[in-house]
Amino acid sequence: MTRVGVVAWNTFREAVRDRVLYNLVFFALLMIAAAILVGQISIEIEQTVIVTLGLSAISVIGLLMAVFIGVGLVSKEMDKRTLYALLSKPVRRWEFLLGKFGGLLLTLTVNTAAMAAGLFAALWYVKHPLDRGDSAVLVAVYFILLKLALVVALALLFSCYTSPLLAILFTAGLYVAGLFVNEMRDLQSATMAPGMKAFLRWLSYLLPNFRNFDVMASAAHGRAIPGMLLAQNTAYAALYCAIVLAAAATIFSRRNLK
Amino acid sequence: MQQGIDAQIGGLHQEQDELVLRSAPMLRMMSLEYAPLLADLYWTRTVQYYGSKNTRPEHQLDLLWPLLDITTTLDPNLIPAYSFGSTFLAEPAPRGAGMPEQAIKFLNRGIRANPDYWRFYEDMGFIYYFDMRNYEKASNAFLEGSKNPAALPWMKVLAARVSEKGESRETSVFLWNEIYNSSTDAQLKQNALTHLRLLRAQEDCERLDVLAEEFGKRRGRRPTSVLDLVNAGLIPGEAVDPLGFVYVFDADGFAQINPTSPLAKDQTLYQRPM
Amino acid sequence: MAGTAIEIENLTKDYPFGFLHLKKKRSLEGLTMTVEDGEVFGFLGPNGAGKSTTIKLLMSLIFPTAGTARILGKPISDIGMHRDIGYLPEQPYFYDYLTAAELLDYFARFFDLKATERRERVGRMLKKVGLETAGKIQLRKYSKGMLQRVGLAQAILHDPKVVILDEPMSGLDPLGRREVRDIILELKREGRTILFSTHILSDAEMLCDRVGVIVGGKLRGVGAPDEIVGVKAHGMEILFEYAGEGAQASGLLSQATRTGNRYRLQVEEEKLYATLEQLRGAGARILSVTQVKASLEEYFMHLVEADRAQAAAVEVHGK
Repeated sequence: MTRVGVVAWNTFREAVRDRVLYNLVFFALLMIAAAILVGQISIEIEQTVIVTLGLSAISVIGLLMAVFIGVGLVSKEMDKRTLYALLSKPVRRWEFLLGKFGGLLLTLTVNTAAMAAGLFAALWYVKHPLDRGDSAVLVAVYFILLKLALVVALALLFSCYTSPLLAILFTAGLYVAGLFVNEMRDLQSATMAPGMKAFLRWLSYLLPNFRNFDVMASAAHGRAIPGMLLAQNTAYAALYCAIVLAAAATIFSRRNLK
Repeated sequence: MQQGIDAQIGGLHQEQDELVLRSAPMLRMMSLEYAPLLADLYWTRTVQYYGSKNTRPEHQLDLLWPLLDITTTLDPNLIPAYSFGSTFLAEPAPRGAGMPEQAIKFLNRGIRANPDYWRFYEDMGFIYYFDMRNYEKASNAFLEGSKNPAALPWMKVLAARVSEKGESRETSVFLWNEIYNSSTDAQLKQNALTHLRLLRAQEDCERLDVLAEEFGKRRGRRPTSVLDLVNAGLIPGEAVDPLGFVYVFDADGFAQINPTSPLAKDQTLYQRPM
Repeated sequence: MAGTAIEIENLTKDYPFGFLHLKKKRSLEGLTMTVEDGEVFGFLGPNGAGKSTTIKLLMSLIFPTAGTARILGKPISDIGMHRDIGYLPEQPYFYDYLTAAELLDYFARFFDLKATERRERVGRMLKKVGLETAGKIQLRKYSKGMLQRVGLAQAILHDPKVVILDEPMSGLDPLGRREVRDIILELKREGRTILFSTHILSDAEMLCDRVGVIVGGKLRGVGAPDEIVGVKAHGMEILFEYAGEGAQASGLLSQATRTGNRYRLQVEEEKLYATLEQLRGAGARILSVTQVKASLEEYFMHLVEADRAQAAAVEVHGK
């Protein structure tokens, strides 16, 4: 196994031994079960409710994990100084960073898959044969995962040079800002200076566009998602993550530890 | 004491309602990427709001439109909202909000967001026909909807018939039947059913009136009850309304729904303003 | 290159602090020294002198403001070189959700050892540091002393040529310290180079071939423990009892340290017999005469005092 893989596997192991994660996943599954009940209230939208509630639960819980654990990936090791012994081994700082990223991503993938399985079970329960339209739900889950990868990369970046609290705030802030990137791009305002508009436009390309991954409406109403979007989003996420991680590696490589 | 508390809390919730239903675009913004979920929640709330109208003074439905507005802003593809919403927006008080123009606008919004769903044209035609009595527009709506390859063939037929004859019981019965059969929402179904029963009763009364006329010619007076007609051999047995209550004749000798029948109450509620 | 395990040249480290990080604190200045192959080198100094700073610089945990260093001929920026060095951090802390065996196995994976080899090494290391039975317990349950031992184990797990230990004795009871000392000596016997920092002078005296004394960020002296203290006057100490008040001995008495009726007096070797005569003549009862060796501690304290005096003087005059 490569050194990156070694660090990743250990990060995954750490997550697996953490009780909190099980509780979160259990909570998500509970929500999904509840969705079945809620759906009973209004039969027409039973499916819609299960999908929206399920995807929302998976998304929110995934985000919580990505932000809080993501920020702690590096800062915890720096605070507790577990990093000292590790960096004395022949492992480069960027390998460590990448390994941490990979480990958390693996954890998130496993958790998301578990929750998605629950979601599909609920969906199957209310409408026995699943049809083509339900593939949209799978794509929606995949997009959630891509989104989480971006969030983890950002959390990692911020935690490399600010305090954990600030890192959480910045990451959360970027998540919210990233949802309004399209509005920022085509701002219709008579009062705003053209310079400001141009700046916002430029900013809108810089910020991570989380709206790209928002297909909950399609999934809720069983509309298939074009394969092109799948490919594009995957490429976007990969590229953006690579850039963010490269920046994080650069910063971290120069950082003086306590 | 509990009732006192309930009254107080009811008051608070009213206020809450006002506060929360600020603006649909703002709610949409605040919902980040969870708008469809919020839409589902608001939809559930809308249904409950309508269902609890009897608990409010004068069956007030002021918040129906804002709730529908929010629901469909959050998720423009929530199709049940448009059908349900347009029906009860258009129906006159006390069973609806009495805003047929708003209902039409609402349906147009639905069509823009869901161009493939032809039944919105059906709903639109229905509102023009029934609540607004604009038969030309009704016919146009049915015609437009019939252009959708998935539309049922009667849309075209109806377009022609309404354009020709305007309002007719046959058309009304047909439309309400269609709604009853195609709808999955309990409240919509119940509404349609009641309309159908009233139409049936109306038809029955008209036929009874014809028979009463005949009776009058024979006996020199109009009948006082259905038994008169039975005895005169004009009808085989007691004529009952769809709920099983015998029809009665009023002082002028015209057939009416039995005041003890629940349909009588419905009739007053479902009366259309002239 | 052969013969020098660690070369340090003009190593300097500034820490920025204060508002907007504009001010700088110089925690290490111009350190230049070497550690030869196979020797045990002790870094001595009071807390905050710069010992840990130096070690962290060597391990690339922090980066120098100026100067360079090489270990086994390779620059400290060469992380691959870490294959041949082992490091024990100060007050070590490890992933508390792992067991000692898992931790060692984890670290071992960075050295491309096969699974069977890893298992064997981990077992051997645990035994060496006396943690055989505790290998399967999670580290969160370990005492400080046990953590120190795990730290040692992970430092030597991969058979390094150079071992760098930051305060390896801290937090250990006398038995633990003895064990660490034994391990260090064993490592030396195996031909490894050991650099360790400590503020406990007796340990340094016992173990080191050479010591380097750092005070206030500067290297004050390097050499074998007895050499470094310099040529200091060796003297003799007389322990005697005196109850009387004879004027004859008053001069001597005032120089002595008194506890009740007992006095300790230090004199130069040449003056020993004359002083003894004087004391006996005054009626003192001689209890013992011992040789006084200049100690590392004295040398040390002397340096610290001098440094403090200088700092104070700078403050007064430098304003």
